[in-house]
Amino acid sequence: MTEEIIIAGFGGQGVLSMGKILAYSGVMQNKEVSWMPSYGPEMRGGTANVTVIISDERISSPILHEYDTAIILNQQSMDKFEHTVKPGGLLIYDPNGITRFPERKDINIYSIEAAEMAGKLGLSKVFNMIVLGGFLKLKPIVEMEYIHKGLEKSLPARHHVMIPENEKAIETGKGLITPVLVLN
Amino acid sequence: MKELRLMKGNEAFAEACIRAGADGYFGYPITPQSEVMEYLMAQKTHERTGMVTLQAESEIAAINMVYGGAGCGKRVLTSSSSPGISLKQEGISYIAGAELPCLILNVVRGGPGLGTIQPSQSDYFQSTKGGGHGDYKLIVLAPASVQEMADFAGLGFELAFKYRNPVLILSDGAIGQMMEKVELDVQKPRFTMEEIRKNTPWATIGKTPDREHNIITSLDLESIKMERHNQELQKKYRSIEENEVRYEKISCEDAEYAFVAYGTSARICQKAIEIARAEGIKVGLMRPITLFPFPKKLIKEMTSRVKGILCVEMSAGQMIEDVQLAVEGRIPVEHFGRYGGIVHSPSEIVDALKKQIIGG
Repeated sequence: MTEEIIIAGFGGQGVLSMGKILAYSGVMQNKEVSWMPSYGPEMRGGTANVTVIISDERISSPILHEYDTAIILNQQSMDKFEHTVKPGGLLIYDPNGITRFPERKDINIYSIEAAEMAGKLGLSKVFNMIVLGGFLKLKPIVEMEYIHKGLEKSLPARHHVMIPENEKAIETGKGLITPVLVLN
Repeated sequence: MKELRLMKGNEAFAEACIRAGADGYFGYPITPQSEVMEYLMAQKTHERTGMVTLQAESEIAAINMVYGGAGCGKRVLTSSSSPGISLKQEGISYIAGAELPCLILNVVRGGPGLGTIQPSQSDYFQSTKGGGHGDYKLIVLAPASVQEMADFAGLGFELAFKYRNPVLILSDGAIGQMMEKVELDVQKPRFTMEEIRKNTPWATIGKTPDREHNIITSLDLESIKMERHNQELQKKYRSIEENEVRYEKISCEDAEYAFVAYGTSARICQKAIEIARAEGIKVGLMRPITLFPFPKKLIKEMTSRVKGILCVEMSAGQMIEDVQLAVEGRIPVEHFGRYGGIVHSPSEIVDALKKQIIGG
């Protein structure tokens, strides 16, 4: 199993930390992982993205130009990454902030109203975990017990009180993911 | 017991330096390697092991602090990225001339000038052919993973002290910034003063009655002595070439073609190999781990088995000159480069192989 993922959105949406939690969970489940962020100007308020690879085998290139899954959280990222999903792959997006919806017909497309739900629940800090939950529902590449360990490892100790909230958000996301286009 | 963590290359290097028993870090911030000093500062190294972590007023000050620390027999290091490493060249030449051990990390970004902050491999010439003035060589290690960023800290110090020579770790922005899992060595103790006296009798740590003054300098106005010193240096470099070549060969057993690439490019070539082999193209990878000493003999030997070599570098073509020298015209050697902070895609490497080597 090798899953090659791009997560992309605005800086501050928790894109990099979502990737880190997923990667650390993979480590805990004894997988090979890599986490390659965009860095520099993007980190200072523009778009941010991270490539996460989780595999049973040694990972060759940490830098990719096409992906099994794209998780897209703003319009700039949709423009940049929709065409990089492999045919038959998966695109997940949050319609909040998307003005041009995906046009591909050869990939599986799901939407998740994570921003709206996070606002409703007053849990804007765990918006990214709602999105992660949606992804894990479709591709359970890491088991929940290891996600727990991944959260423990990637959050600083003073934030460990927030782990149950994060896990609740993941569960919420699992129920929120909605098919837009599903290939046979 | 080794410890497993998920870390950035820069952080793994910093942690490994602490664990290798480093005595001092002197640096000045620059993207994409600022995490090295940030990590060391956050670790409060002075409390943890007694290691000094100091932000100098400039890169030039930092390398000269390294010169001073190294002269005292301490395990010292600095890190920077391309423009900052250029500033350090005078100091590096002095340290090489004075034959002192130290560790230098270059997390390369695109140039020339201030260039860009994205990854590049355009400092190969600077690292392996001199950089500063005079006939000197650095031992140059090229990590291709976060694990090697950690491993080469300990190995770097070991080689630096074995040969009394600066060791340069030539990394790049991608390896510095990415996270992978890494196994960390256990903490090694720092040298005690007794050990320094015993292991590095040349160190300037105070004269004892039983010996003359130790003098550390790169200056000798008597040219005949300076020539002799240079001959000794050259002898040392030949011995390094004889004993310290390191490399990795991947999928080479049945290969008809070969990539030669180091660092991040080597990782992307491994993906290119997967793609090419799925199409029935038998291609392998020769990854130099030491750039000086360069694995010349190994590459020369390959020419009897492969039909052509594609050098893949994030530069306009620098390492290829060493490959061409090794190959001695026996088989075609071509270069495929992206630069200025752009990283190759695996599929364009396969296309280049088809166009420049197989079809060519």
